[in-house]
Amino acid sequence: MLTGSHLTVKRSSRALISDLNFTAHGGEFTVILGRNGAGKSTLLRCLSGELKPDSGQVACQNRLLAEWKPRELARVRAVVTQSSALSFPFKVREVVELGRAPHPANLEEPVEWAMSQVDLLPYADRDYTTLSGGERQRTHFARALAQIYEALHQGSGFLLLDEPTSSLDLAHQHQALRCAKELTQQGLGVVAVLHDLNLSAKYADTIYLLDEGICLANGPAGRVLEPTVLSRAYRVPIQKGCEMFDVFN
Amino acid sequence: MNLSSKKWIWLFVLALAVPTVFVIALSIGAVKVSPLEIPAILWGQSTDSLKETVIGNIRLPRVLLGLLTGAALAVSGAALQGLFRNPLADPGIIGISSGAALAAAGTIVFGSIVFHLIPPLLTPFILPLSAFGGGLLTTLLIYRVSWHEGRTVAATLLLAGIALSALAGAITGIFTYVATDEQLRTLTFWSLGSLASASWVSVTATAACVLPALICLTREGRALNAMLLGEAEAGHLGFDPERTKTIVIVASALAVGASVAFCGVIGFVGLVIPHVIRLLIGPDHRFLVPIAAFLGATLLTSADILARTIVAPAELPIGIITALVGAPFFLWLLLKQRGAFTG
Repeated sequence: MLTGSHLTVKRSSRALISDLNFTAHGGEFTVILGRNGAGKSTLLRCLSGELKPDSGQVACQNRLLAEWKPRELARVRAVVTQSSALSFPFKVREVVELGRAPHPANLEEPVEWAMSQVDLLPYADRDYTTLSGGERQRTHFARALAQIYEALHQGSGFLLLDEPTSSLDLAHQHQALRCAKELTQQGLGVVAVLHDLNLSAKYADTIYLLDEGICLANGPAGRVLEPTVLSRAYRVPIQKGCEMFDVFN
Repeated sequence: MNLSSKKWIWLFVLALAVPTVFVIALSIGAVKVSPLEIPAILWGQSTDSLKETVIGNIRLPRVLLGLLTGAALAVSGAALQGLFRNPLADPGIIGISSGAALAAAGTIVFGSIVFHLIPPLLTPFILPLSAFGGGLLTTLLIYRVSWHEGRTVAATLLLAGIALSALAGAITGIFTYVATDEQLRTLTFWSLGSLASASWVSVTATAACVLPALICLTREGRALNAMLLGEAEAGHLGFDPERTKTIVIVASALAVGASVAFCGVIGFVGLVIPHVIRLLIGPDHRFLVPIAAFLGATLLTSADILARTIVAPAELPIGIITALVGAPFFLWLLLKQRGAFTG
Protein backbone atom coordinates (compact mmCIF):
# COMPACT_ATOMS: atom_id res chain seq x y z
CA MET A 1 0.00 0.00 0.00
CA LEU A 2 1.21 3.46 -0.89
CA THR A 3 -0.46 6.19 1.10
CA GLY A 4 -0.20 9.95 1.36
CA SER A 5 -1.95 11.61 4.25
CA HIS A 6 -2.75 15.31 4.54
CA LEU A 7 -0.19 16.23 1.90
CA THR A 8 0.40 19.94 1.41
CA VAL A 9 2.99 21.48 -0.89
CA LYS A 10 3.35 25.26 -1.05
CA ARG A 11 5.32 27.31 -3.54
CA SER A 12 5.61 31.03 -2.82
CA SER A 13 2.48 31.04 -0.65
CA ARG A 14 0.37 29.26 -3.29
CA ALA A 15 -0.62 25.72 -2.42
CA LEU A 16 0.11 23.28 -5.26
CA ILE A 17 -1.71 20.58 -3.33
CA SER A 18 -3.43 21.04 0.00
CA ASP A 19 -4.40 18.51 2.62
CA LEU A 20 -4.60 15.73 0.07
CA ASN A 21 -5.21 12.13 1.07
CA PHE A 22 -4.26 9.36 -1.26
CA THR A 23 -4.16 5.58 -1.15
CA ALA A 24 -2.99 3.19 -3.83
CA HIS A 25 -3.28 -0.55 -3.26
CA GLY A 26 -1.06 -3.28 -4.56
CA GLY A 27 -2.68 -5.13 -7.44
CA GLU A 28 -4.59 -2.05 -8.54
CA PHE A 29 -4.17 0.47 -11.33
CA THR A 30 -4.66 3.93 -9.83
CA VAL A 31 -4.92 6.89 -12.15
CA ILE A 32 -4.49 10.55 -11.21
CA LEU A 33 -6.48 12.87 -13.46
CA GLY A 34 -6.96 16.61 -13.66
CA ARG A 35 -6.30 19.58 -15.85
CA ASN A 36 -2.89 21.24 -16.20
CA GLY A 37 -1.70 22.66 -12.91
CA ALA A 38 -4.19 20.63 -10.86
CA GLY A 39 -1.33 19.18 -8.82
CA LYS A 40 -1.05 15.73 -10.43
CA SER A 41 2.70 15.72 -10.89
CA THR A 42 3.26 17.37 -7.51
CA LEU A 43 1.30 14.55 -5.87
CA LEU A 44 3.26 11.93 -7.78
CA ARG A 45 6.57 13.56 -6.84
CA CYS A 46 5.54 13.46 -3.18
CA LEU A 47 4.58 9.79 -3.47
CA SER A 48 7.93 8.93 -5.05
CA GLY A 49 9.83 10.73 -2.30
CA GLU A 50 11.41 13.18 -4.74
CA LEU A 51 9.54 16.08 -3.16
CA LYS A 52 9.20 16.44 0.59
CA PRO A 53 5.73 17.81 1.34
CA ASP A 54 5.53 20.91 3.54
CA SER A 55 3.17 18.95 5.74
CA GLY A 56 1.72 15.47 5.67
CA GLN A 57 3.34 12.09 5.27
CA VAL A 58 3.87 9.40 2.68
CA ALA A 59 4.15 5.75 3.62
CA CYS A 60 5.03 2.77 1.49
CA GLN A 61 3.99 -0.64 2.81
CA ASN A 62 3.05 1.02 6.13
CA ARG A 63 6.52 2.48 6.63
CA LEU A 64 7.11 6.21 6.32
CA LEU A 65 9.37 7.07 3.39
CA ALA A 66 11.90 8.62 5.79
CA GLU A 67 12.29 5.23 7.48
CA TRP A 68 13.33 3.54 4.26
CA LYS A 69 16.93 3.41 3.16
CA PRO A 70 16.97 5.02 -0.30
CA ARG A 71 18.38 1.90 -1.92
CA GLU A 72 15.90 -0.36 -0.19
CA LEU A 73 13.02 1.81 -1.38
CA ALA A 74 14.43 1.80 -4.90
CA ARG A 75 14.10 -1.99 -4.97
CA VAL A 76 10.32 -1.88 -4.43
CA ARG A 77 9.28 1.32 -6.16
CA ALA A 78 10.27 2.57 -9.58
CA VAL A 79 9.39 5.85 -11.27
CA VAL A 80 9.11 6.80 -14.91
CA THR A 81 9.13 10.56 -15.40
CA GLN A 82 8.56 12.59 -18.54
CA SER A 83 11.83 14.40 -18.21
CA SER A 84 14.35 11.57 -18.32
CA ALA A 85 16.99 13.14 -20.48
CA LEU A 86 20.00 11.20 -21.61
CA SER A 87 22.38 12.78 -24.05
CA PHE A 88 25.18 10.22 -23.84
CA PRO A 89 25.38 7.33 -26.30
CA PHE A 90 24.41 4.43 -24.06
CA LYS A 91 23.14 1.23 -25.63
CA VAL A 92 19.46 0.55 -24.88
CA ARG A 93 20.50 -2.49 -22.83
CA GLU A 94 22.82 -0.32 -20.71
CA VAL A 95 20.01 2.14 -19.97
CA VAL A 96 17.76 -0.70 -18.83
CA GLU A 97 20.68 -2.04 -16.76
CA LEU A 98 20.80 1.30 -14.90
CA GLY A 99 17.57 0.11 -13.29
CA ARG A 100 19.60 -2.63 -11.61
CA ALA A 101 21.78 -0.07 -9.80
CA PRO A 102 20.04 -0.58 -6.42
CA HIS A 103 20.68 -4.33 -6.59
CA PRO A 104 23.97 -5.99 -5.79
CA ALA A 105 23.73 -8.69 -8.45
CA ASN A 106 21.49 -10.47 -10.95
CA LEU A 107 21.69 -8.37 -14.06
CA GLU A 108 20.91 -10.52 -17.06
CA GLU A 109 17.51 -12.05 -16.33
CA PRO A 110 15.60 -8.97 -15.09
CA VAL A 111 16.96 -6.86 -17.94
CA GLU A 112 16.02 -9.40 -20.62
CA TRP A 113 12.60 -9.85 -19.09
CA ALA A 114 11.95 -6.10 -18.82
CA MET A 115 12.99 -5.47 -22.40
CA SER A 116 10.79 -8.29 -23.67
CA GLN A 117 7.78 -6.81 -21.83
CA VAL A 118 7.81 -3.73 -24.07
CA ASP A 119 9.18 -5.27 -27.30
CA LEU A 120 12.60 -3.72 -26.83
CA LEU A 121 14.71 -6.81 -27.44
CA PRO A 122 15.31 -5.99 -31.11
CA TYR A 123 16.62 -2.58 -29.99
CA ALA A 124 18.90 -3.89 -27.23
CA ASP A 125 22.15 -2.93 -28.93
CA ARG A 126 20.92 0.30 -30.50
CA ASP A 127 22.37 3.65 -29.41
CA TYR A 128 19.80 5.30 -27.12
CA THR A 129 20.40 8.76 -28.59
CA THR A 130 19.27 7.55 -32.04
CA LEU A 131 15.87 6.31 -30.78
CA SER A 132 12.55 8.04 -31.39
CA GLY A 133 10.68 9.66 -28.51
CA GLY A 134 8.41 6.67 -28.11
CA GLU A 135 11.27 4.17 -28.14
CA ARG A 136 13.05 6.22 -25.49
CA GLN A 137 9.98 6.23 -23.29
CA ARG A 138 9.68 2.46 -23.63
CA THR A 139 13.34 2.15 -22.69
CA HIS A 140 12.70 4.03 -19.45
CA PHE A 141 9.61 1.93 -18.83
CA ALA A 142 11.72 -1.21 -19.18
CA ARG A 143 14.36 0.32 -16.90
CA ALA A 144 11.69 0.81 -14.23
CA LEU A 145 10.46 -2.78 -14.61
CA ALA A 146 14.00 -4.13 -14.29
CA GLN A 147 14.45 -2.03 -11.16
CA ILE A 148 11.57 -3.68 -9.25
CA TYR A 149 11.91 -7.13 -10.85
CA GLU A 150 12.24 -9.04 -7.57
CA ALA A 151 9.44 -7.17 -5.77
CA LEU A 152 7.25 -7.67 -8.81
CA HIS A 153 7.78 -11.40 -8.83
CA GLN A 154 6.97 -11.58 -5.13
CA GLY A 155 3.64 -9.89 -5.83
CA SER A 156 4.48 -6.49 -4.39
CA GLY A 157 6.15 -3.30 -5.57
CA PHE A 158 4.94 0.02 -6.95
CA LEU A 159 5.36 1.56 -10.36
CA LEU A 160 4.80 5.32 -10.59
CA LEU A 161 4.25 6.72 -14.07
CA ASP A 162 4.13 10.41 -14.95
CA GLU A 163 2.28 10.67 -18.26
CA PRO A 164 3.83 7.47 -19.55
CA THR A 165 2.00 7.66 -22.86
CA SER A 166 2.69 11.28 -23.83
CA SER A 167 5.02 10.52 -26.73
CA LEU A 168 3.75 7.07 -27.66
CA ASP A 169 1.64 6.24 -30.69
CA LEU A 170 -1.72 4.56 -30.26
CA ALA A 171 -0.41 0.99 -30.35
CA HIS A 172 2.40 1.65 -27.90
CA GLN A 173 0.16 3.67 -25.55
CA HIS A 174 -2.02 0.61 -25.18
CA GLN A 175 0.97 -1.71 -25.04
CA ALA A 176 2.58 0.18 -22.16
CA LEU A 177 -0.62 0.51 -20.17
CA ARG A 178 -1.69 -3.07 -20.93
CA CYS A 179 1.68 -4.28 -19.73
CA ALA A 180 1.29 -2.30 -16.48
CA LYS A 181 -2.28 -3.54 -16.11
CA GLU A 182 -1.24 -7.18 -16.55
CA LEU A 183 1.43 -6.74 -13.91
CA THR A 184 -1.17 -5.51 -11.44
CA GLN A 185 -2.66 -8.99 -11.64
CA GLN A 186 0.60 -10.27 -10.13
CA GLY A 187 0.24 -7.82 -7.24
CA LEU A 188 2.05 -4.76 -8.58
CA GLY A 189 0.56 -1.40 -7.64
CA VAL A 190 0.53 1.11 -10.51
CA VAL A 191 0.02 4.83 -10.01
CA ALA A 192 -0.18 6.79 -13.25
CA VAL A 193 -0.75 10.43 -14.10
CA LEU A 194 -2.73 10.40 -17.33
CA HIS A 195 -4.32 13.00 -19.58
CA ASP A 196 -6.46 10.78 -21.74
CA LEU A 197 -9.91 10.06 -20.32
CA ASN A 198 -10.52 7.11 -22.62
CA LEU A 199 -7.26 5.44 -21.66
CA SER A 200 -8.13 6.04 -18.03
CA ALA A 201 -11.58 4.53 -18.48
CA LYS A 202 -10.04 1.49 -20.11
CA TYR A 203 -7.26 0.72 -17.65
CA ALA A 204 -7.95 2.40 -14.28
CA ASP A 205 -9.32 0.52 -11.29
CA THR A 206 -9.33 3.60 -9.10
CA ILE A 207 -9.24 7.25 -10.09
CA TYR A 208 -8.24 10.38 -8.20
CA LEU A 209 -9.57 13.49 -9.90
CA LEU A 210 -7.68 16.61 -8.82
CA ASP A 211 -8.54 20.25 -9.24
CA GLU A 212 -6.48 23.15 -7.89
CA GLY A 213 -4.62 20.95 -5.49
CA ILE A 214 -7.57 19.25 -3.87
CA CYS A 215 -9.27 15.96 -4.61
CA LEU A 216 -12.54 16.57 -6.42
CA ALA A 217 -13.56 12.94 -6.57
CA ASN A 218 -12.03 9.56 -6.01
CA GLY A 219 -13.16 6.00 -6.23
CA PRO A 220 -13.73 3.25 -8.78
CA ALA A 221 -13.27 4.40 -12.37
CA GLY A 222 -16.92 3.94 -13.28
CA ARG A 223 -18.07 6.29 -10.55
CA VAL A 224 -15.55 9.11 -11.06
CA LEU A 225 -15.69 9.25 -14.84
CA GLU A 226 -19.07 10.93 -14.96
CA PRO A 227 -19.73 13.85 -17.31
CA THR A 228 -20.91 16.21 -14.55
CA VAL A 229 -17.83 15.59 -12.37
CA LEU A 230 -15.43 15.75 -15.30
CA SER A 231 -16.98 18.95 -16.65
CA ARG A 232 -16.37 20.58 -13.30
CA ALA A 233 -12.77 19.35 -13.11
CA TYR A 234 -11.78 20.32 -16.63
CA ARG A 235 -13.98 23.47 -16.91
CA VAL A 236 -15.36 22.38 -20.26
CA PRO A 237 -18.61 20.62 -20.98
CA ILE A 238 -17.87 16.94 -21.37
CA GLN A 239 -20.32 14.29 -22.44
CA LYS A 240 -20.06 10.60 -22.89
CA GLY A 241 -20.30 9.61 -26.52
CA CYS A 242 -20.57 6.10 -27.75
CA GLU A 243 -18.72 6.63 -30.99
CA MET A 244 -15.04 6.45 -30.30
CA PHE A 245 -12.13 4.48 -31.63
CA ASP A 246 -10.82 1.75 -29.42
CA VAL A 247 -8.17 -0.88 -29.57
CA PHE A 248 -9.23 -4.49 -29.17
CA ASN A 249 -7.12 -6.65 -26.97
CA MET B 1 32.58 -9.52 -28.67
CA ASN B 2 30.06 -8.22 -26.18
CA LEU B 3 30.26 -4.78 -24.70
CA SER B 4 31.06 -5.82 -21.17
CA SER B 5 34.15 -7.85 -22.06
CA LYS B 6 35.25 -5.02 -24.35
CA LYS B 7 35.19 -2.66 -21.36
CA TRP B 8 37.33 -5.03 -19.29
CA ILE B 9 39.82 -5.51 -22.12
CA TRP B 10 40.34 -1.77 -22.59
CA LEU B 11 40.66 -1.29 -18.84
CA PHE B 12 43.35 -3.97 -18.76
CA VAL B 13 45.20 -2.77 -21.87
CA LEU B 14 45.35 0.84 -20.68
CA ALA B 15 46.33 -0.19 -17.17
CA LEU B 16 49.35 -1.89 -18.78
CA ALA B 17 50.10 1.19 -20.87
CA VAL B 18 50.90 3.19 -17.72
CA PRO B 19 53.98 1.20 -16.56
CA THR B 20 55.12 0.94 -20.19
CA VAL B 21 55.13 4.68 -20.79
CA PHE B 22 56.61 5.16 -17.31
CA VAL B 23 59.71 3.14 -18.22
CA ILE B 24 60.01 4.70 -21.69
CA ALA B 25 59.72 8.23 -20.30
CA LEU B 26 62.43 7.50 -17.73
CA SER B 27 64.83 6.20 -20.36
CA ILE B 28 64.50 9.08 -22.85
CA GLY B 29 66.50 12.29 -22.44
CA ALA B 30 69.93 13.87 -22.75
CA VAL B 31 71.50 11.06 -20.74
CA LYS B 32 70.48 7.84 -22.50
CA VAL B 33 69.38 5.08 -20.17
CA SER B 34 68.31 1.71 -21.50
CA PRO B 35 64.80 0.67 -20.38
CA LEU B 36 66.38 -2.54 -19.11
CA GLU B 37 68.54 -0.62 -16.67
CA ILE B 38 65.58 1.24 -15.19
CA PRO B 39 64.48 -1.43 -12.67
CA ALA B 40 67.99 -1.72 -11.23
CA ILE B 41 68.24 2.06 -10.89
CA LEU B 42 64.84 2.31 -9.23
CA TRP B 43 65.81 -0.40 -6.71
CA GLY B 44 69.08 1.44 -6.02
CA GLN B 45 71.26 -1.40 -7.33
CA SER B 46 72.88 0.55 -10.13
CA THR B 47 76.58 1.31 -10.11
CA ASP B 48 76.27 4.27 -12.48
CA SER B 49 75.88 7.26 -10.19
CA LEU B 50 75.27 9.76 -13.02
CA LYS B 51 72.31 7.80 -14.32
CA GLU B 52 71.08 7.30 -10.79
CA THR B 53 71.14 11.04 -10.14
CA VAL B 54 69.45 11.92 -13.43
CA ILE B 55 66.68 9.38 -12.93
CA GLY B 56 66.20 9.85 -9.19
CA ASN B 57 66.34 13.64 -8.99
CA ILE B 58 65.17 14.84 -12.38
CA ARG B 59 63.25 12.34 -14.46
CA LEU B 60 61.39 10.33 -11.86
CA PRO B 61 59.64 13.30 -10.22
CA ARG B 62 58.83 14.75 -13.62
CA VAL B 63 57.36 11.51 -14.96
CA LEU B 64 55.37 10.96 -11.77
CA LEU B 65 54.05 14.53 -11.95
CA GLY B 66 53.05 13.91 -15.57
CA LEU B 67 51.22 10.69 -14.70
CA LEU B 68 49.37 12.33 -11.79
CA THR B 69 48.46 15.47 -13.72
CA GLY B 70 47.28 13.56 -16.79
CA ALA B 71 45.11 11.29 -14.66
CA ALA B 72 43.78 14.26 -12.67
CA LEU B 73 42.76 16.26 -15.74
CA ALA B 74 41.24 13.34 -17.64
CA VAL B 75 39.28 12.03 -14.65
CA SER B 76 37.94 15.46 -13.66
CA GLY B 77 36.93 16.02 -17.27
CA ALA B 78 35.08 12.69 -17.35
CA ALA B 79 33.36 13.28 -14.00
CA LEU B 80 32.39 16.89 -14.76
CA GLN B 81 30.98 15.91 -18.15
CA GLY B 82 28.85 13.32 -16.37
CA LEU B 83 27.74 15.76 -13.69
CA PHE B 84 26.91 18.57 -16.11
CA ARG B 85 25.46 15.95 -18.47
CA ASN B 86 27.34 17.73 -21.16
CA PRO B 87 30.25 16.40 -23.19
CA LEU B 88 31.87 19.85 -23.39
CA ALA B 89 32.58 20.27 -19.70
CA ASP B 90 36.38 20.29 -19.75
CA PRO B 91 38.08 21.98 -16.78
CA GLY B 92 40.04 24.14 -19.22
CA ILE B 93 37.15 25.14 -21.45
CA ILE B 94 34.62 25.99 -18.76
CA GLY B 95 37.13 28.13 -16.87
CA ILE B 96 37.96 25.97 -13.84
CA SER B 97 41.65 25.85 -14.75
CA SER B 98 41.71 29.63 -15.24
CA GLY B 99 40.08 30.16 -11.86
CA ALA B 100 42.63 27.88 -10.25
CA ALA B 101 45.48 29.59 -12.11
CA LEU B 102 44.26 33.00 -10.98
CA ALA B 103 44.23 31.91 -7.35
CA ALA B 104 47.69 30.38 -7.76
CA ALA B 105 49.02 33.53 -9.43
CA GLY B 106 47.61 35.62 -6.60
CA THR B 107 49.37 33.38 -4.13
CA ILE B 108 52.68 33.68 -5.99
CA VAL B 109 52.55 37.46 -6.13
CA PHE B 110 50.98 38.34 -2.81
CA GLY B 111 51.58 35.14 -0.87
CA SER B 112 54.94 36.30 0.50
CA ILE B 113 53.02 38.74 2.70
CA VAL B 114 51.47 35.85 4.65
CA PHE B 115 53.97 33.05 4.01
CA HIS B 116 56.02 33.79 7.10
CA LEU B 117 52.94 33.11 9.26
CA ILE B 118 52.72 29.52 8.07
CA PRO B 119 54.89 26.65 9.31
CA PRO B 120 57.54 25.84 6.65
CA LEU B 121 56.38 22.21 6.49
CA LEU B 122 53.05 23.32 5.05
CA THR B 123 54.30 25.86 2.50
CA PRO B 124 54.42 23.40 -0.46
CA PHE B 125 50.69 22.85 0.04
CA ILE B 126 49.66 26.52 -0.01
CA LEU B 127 49.89 26.82 -3.77
CA PRO B 128 47.78 23.70 -4.57
CA LEU B 129 45.30 24.59 -1.85
CA SER B 130 44.75 28.12 -3.12
CA ALA B 131 44.46 26.76 -6.67
CA PHE B 132 41.93 24.26 -5.28
CA GLY B 133 40.00 27.14 -3.73
CA GLY B 134 40.01 29.04 -7.00
CA GLY B 135 38.92 25.95 -8.94
CA LEU B 136 36.17 25.16 -6.43
CA LEU B 137 34.74 28.69 -6.57
CA THR B 138 34.77 28.68 -10.36
CA THR B 139 33.09 25.27 -10.55
CA LEU B 140 30.32 26.35 -8.19
CA LEU B 141 29.85 29.58 -10.12
CA ILE B 142 29.68 27.76 -13.47
CA TYR B 143 27.22 25.28 -12.02
CA ARG B 144 24.97 28.09 -10.73
CA VAL B 145 25.09 30.04 -13.98
CA SER B 146 24.57 27.22 -16.46
CA TRP B 147 22.12 25.02 -14.56
CA HIS B 148 18.63 25.78 -15.68
CA GLU B 149 15.55 23.71 -14.92
CA GLY B 150 17.46 20.56 -14.21
CA ARG B 151 19.95 20.64 -17.04
CA THR B 152 22.86 22.63 -18.36
CA VAL B 153 22.55 24.44 -21.62
CA ALA B 154 25.71 23.88 -23.66
CA ALA B 155 25.84 27.44 -24.98
CA THR B 156 25.52 28.98 -21.51
CA LEU B 157 28.14 26.61 -20.16
CA LEU B 158 30.66 27.55 -22.84
CA LEU B 159 29.91 31.27 -22.77
CA ALA B 160 30.17 31.37 -18.99
CA GLY B 161 33.49 29.55 -19.32
CA ILE B 162 34.76 32.08 -21.86
CA ALA B 163 33.69 34.99 -19.66
CA LEU B 164 35.31 33.52 -16.56
CA SER B 165 38.51 32.64 -18.41
CA ALA B 166 38.72 36.18 -19.80
CA LEU B 167 38.11 37.67 -16.35
CA ALA B 168 40.68 35.42 -14.71
CA GLY B 169 43.14 36.18 -17.54
CA ALA B 170 42.64 39.92 -17.10
CA ILE B 171 43.22 39.80 -13.36
CA THR B 172 46.25 37.56 -13.84
CA GLY B 173 47.43 40.19 -16.36
CA ILE B 174 47.17 42.89 -13.70
CA PHE B 175 49.26 40.71 -11.39
CA THR B 176 52.06 40.68 -13.95
CA TYR B 177 52.48 44.44 -13.47
CA VAL B 178 53.09 44.14 -9.75
CA ALA B 179 55.12 40.94 -9.99
CA THR B 180 58.90 40.82 -9.64
CA ASP B 181 60.94 39.42 -12.53
CA GLU B 182 61.19 36.03 -10.94
CA GLN B 183 57.45 35.91 -10.22
CA LEU B 184 56.79 37.02 -13.78
CA ARG B 185 58.65 34.02 -15.20
CA THR B 186 56.58 31.72 -13.01
CA LEU B 187 53.37 33.44 -14.08
CA THR B 188 54.15 33.25 -17.78
CA PHE B 189 54.66 29.54 -17.72
CA TRP B 190 51.11 29.05 -16.48
CA SER B 191 49.52 30.26 -19.65
CA LEU B 192 51.00 27.33 -21.59
CA GLY B 193 51.64 24.69 -18.99
CA SER B 194 54.83 22.81 -18.27
CA LEU B 195 56.08 19.93 -16.16
CA ALA B 196 59.52 21.57 -15.82
CA SER B 197 58.91 22.59 -12.21
CA ALA B 198 58.72 18.95 -11.12
CA SER B 199 60.48 18.18 -7.87
CA TRP B 200 59.88 15.69 -5.09
CA VAL B 201 58.08 18.43 -3.17
CA SER B 202 55.65 19.18 -5.99
CA VAL B 203 55.09 15.46 -6.66
CA THR B 204 54.29 14.82 -2.99
CA ALA B 205 51.89 17.77 -2.79
CA THR B 206 50.19 16.81 -6.05
CA ALA B 207 49.87 13.16 -5.05
CA ALA B 208 48.37 14.16 -1.69
CA CYS B 209 45.61 16.09 -3.52
CA VAL B 210 45.15 14.02 -6.67
CA LEU B 211 45.15 10.44 -5.38
CA PRO B 212 42.27 10.89 -2.86
CA ALA B 213 40.33 12.81 -5.52
CA LEU B 214 40.84 10.00 -8.06
CA ILE B 215 39.69 7.36 -5.57
CA CYS B 216 36.56 9.37 -4.71
CA LEU B 217 35.67 9.99 -8.35
CA THR B 218 36.20 6.34 -9.33
CA ARG B 219 33.81 5.27 -6.59
CA GLU B 220 31.10 7.58 -7.98
CA GLY B 221 30.92 5.74 -11.33
CA ARG B 222 27.56 4.09 -10.72
CA ALA B 223 26.06 7.26 -9.28
CA LEU B 224 27.31 9.30 -12.25
CA ASN B 225 25.63 6.85 -14.62
CA ALA B 226 22.35 7.39 -12.78
CA MET B 227 22.89 11.16 -12.70
CA LEU B 228 22.97 11.13 -16.50
CA LEU B 229 19.25 10.32 -16.38
CA GLY B 230 18.61 13.39 -14.24
CA GLU B 231 18.92 14.25 -10.57
CA ALA B 232 15.38 13.15 -9.74
CA GLU B 233 15.91 9.84 -11.56
CA ALA B 234 19.15 9.23 -9.67
CA GLY B 235 17.17 9.77 -6.48
CA HIS B 236 14.52 7.27 -7.59
CA LEU B 237 17.28 4.73 -8.17
CA GLY B 238 18.36 5.07 -4.55
CA PHE B 239 21.31 7.43 -4.99
CA ASP B 240 21.82 10.71 -3.17
CA PRO B 241 22.28 13.25 -5.98
CA GLU B 242 23.38 16.05 -3.64
CA ARG B 243 26.14 13.87 -2.22
CA THR B 244 27.37 12.87 -5.68
CA LYS B 245 27.29 16.48 -6.82
CA THR B 246 29.32 17.64 -3.84
CA ILE B 247 31.89 14.86 -4.20
CA VAL B 248 32.37 15.44 -7.92
CA ILE B 249 32.70 19.22 -7.62
CA VAL B 250 35.08 19.14 -4.63
CA ALA B 251 37.21 16.23 -5.90
CA SER B 252 37.49 17.68 -9.43
CA ALA B 253 38.43 21.12 -8.10
CA LEU B 254 41.05 19.47 -5.87
CA ALA B 255 42.56 17.43 -8.70
CA VAL B 256 42.50 20.30 -11.19
CA GLY B 257 43.74 22.78 -8.58
CA ALA B 258 46.76 20.66 -7.69
CA SER B 259 47.70 20.03 -11.30
CA VAL B 260 47.31 23.71 -12.23
CA ALA B 261 49.35 24.81 -9.21
CA PHE B 262 52.46 22.96 -10.39
CA CYS B 263 51.97 22.48 -14.13
CA GLY B 264 49.95 25.50 -15.21
CA VAL B 265 46.94 25.35 -17.49
CA ILE B 266 47.18 22.30 -19.74
CA GLY B 267 44.23 22.40 -22.08
CA PHE B 268 42.12 19.81 -23.88
CA VAL B 269 43.26 16.75 -21.88
CA GLY B 270 40.03 16.66 -19.87
CA LEU B 271 37.98 17.09 -23.02
CA VAL B 272 39.64 14.79 -25.52
CA ILE B 273 40.38 11.75 -23.36
CA PRO B 274 36.86 11.04 -22.06
CA HIS B 275 35.61 11.48 -25.64
CA VAL B 276 38.05 8.99 -27.05
CA ILE B 277 37.06 6.48 -24.36
CA ARG B 278 33.35 6.97 -25.01
CA LEU B 279 34.01 6.15 -28.65
CA LEU B 280 35.73 2.93 -27.55
CA ILE B 281 33.46 1.61 -24.79
CA GLY B 282 30.49 3.97 -24.45
CA PRO B 283 29.68 6.27 -21.55
CA ASP B 284 29.58 3.78 -18.64
CA HIS B 285 31.29 5.79 -15.87
CA ARG B 286 32.23 2.71 -13.88
CA PHE B 287 34.79 2.08 -16.64
CA LEU B 288 35.06 5.55 -18.14
CA VAL B 289 36.54 7.09 -14.99
CA PRO B 290 39.32 4.55 -14.28
CA ILE B 291 40.18 4.18 -17.98
CA ALA B 292 40.38 7.99 -18.22
CA ALA B 293 42.91 7.93 -15.38
CA PHE B 294 45.11 5.41 -17.22
CA LEU B 295 44.79 7.01 -20.65
CA GLY B 296 45.25 10.54 -19.28
CA ALA B 297 48.38 9.51 -17.40
CA THR B 298 49.78 7.72 -20.45
CA LEU B 299 49.05 10.47 -22.97
CA LEU B 300 50.20 13.41 -20.89
CA THR B 301 53.46 11.64 -20.06
CA SER B 302 53.92 10.86 -23.78
CA ALA B 303 53.21 14.51 -24.63
CA ASP B 304 55.86 15.52 -22.11
CA ILE B 305 58.40 13.21 -23.78
CA LEU B 306 57.73 15.15 -27.02
CA ALA B 307 57.84 18.50 -25.20
CA ARG B 308 61.32 17.89 -23.86
CA THR B 309 62.85 16.12 -26.87
CA ILE B 310 61.58 17.87 -30.04
CA VAL B 311 63.64 21.03 -29.61
CA ALA B 312 66.24 19.62 -27.18
CA PRO B 313 68.18 21.00 -25.38
CA ALA B 314 65.40 23.62 -25.17
CA GLU B 315 61.89 22.64 -24.14
CA LEU B 316 58.40 23.25 -25.51
CA PRO B 317 55.58 24.05 -23.07
CA ILE B 318 53.44 20.90 -22.88
CA GLY B 319 50.32 23.01 -23.39
CA ILE B 320 51.45 23.61 -26.97
CA ILE B 321 51.49 19.87 -27.68
CA THR B 322 48.10 19.18 -26.07
CA ALA B 323 46.54 22.14 -27.89
CA LEU B 324 48.03 21.08 -31.23
CA VAL B 325 46.32 17.72 -30.86
CA GLY B 326 43.31 18.77 -28.81
CA ALA B 327 42.09 21.89 -30.60
CA PRO B 328 41.57 20.24 -34.02
CA PHE B 329 39.85 17.36 -32.24
CA PHE B 330 37.57 19.82 -30.47
CA LEU B 331 36.68 21.49 -33.78
CA TRP B 332 35.96 18.12 -35.35
CA LEU B 333 33.69 17.36 -32.40
CA LEU B 334 31.77 20.62 -32.82
CA LEU B 335 31.37 19.89 -36.50
CA LYS B 336 30.14 16.38 -35.87
CA GLN B 337 27.62 17.34 -33.20
CA ARG B 338 26.62 20.73 -34.55
CA GLY B 339 22.93 20.09 -34.06
CA ALA B 340 23.31 18.88 -30.50
CA PHE B 341 24.57 22.11 -28.97
CA THR B 342 21.56 24.32 -29.54
CA GLY B 343 20.09 23.31 -26.22
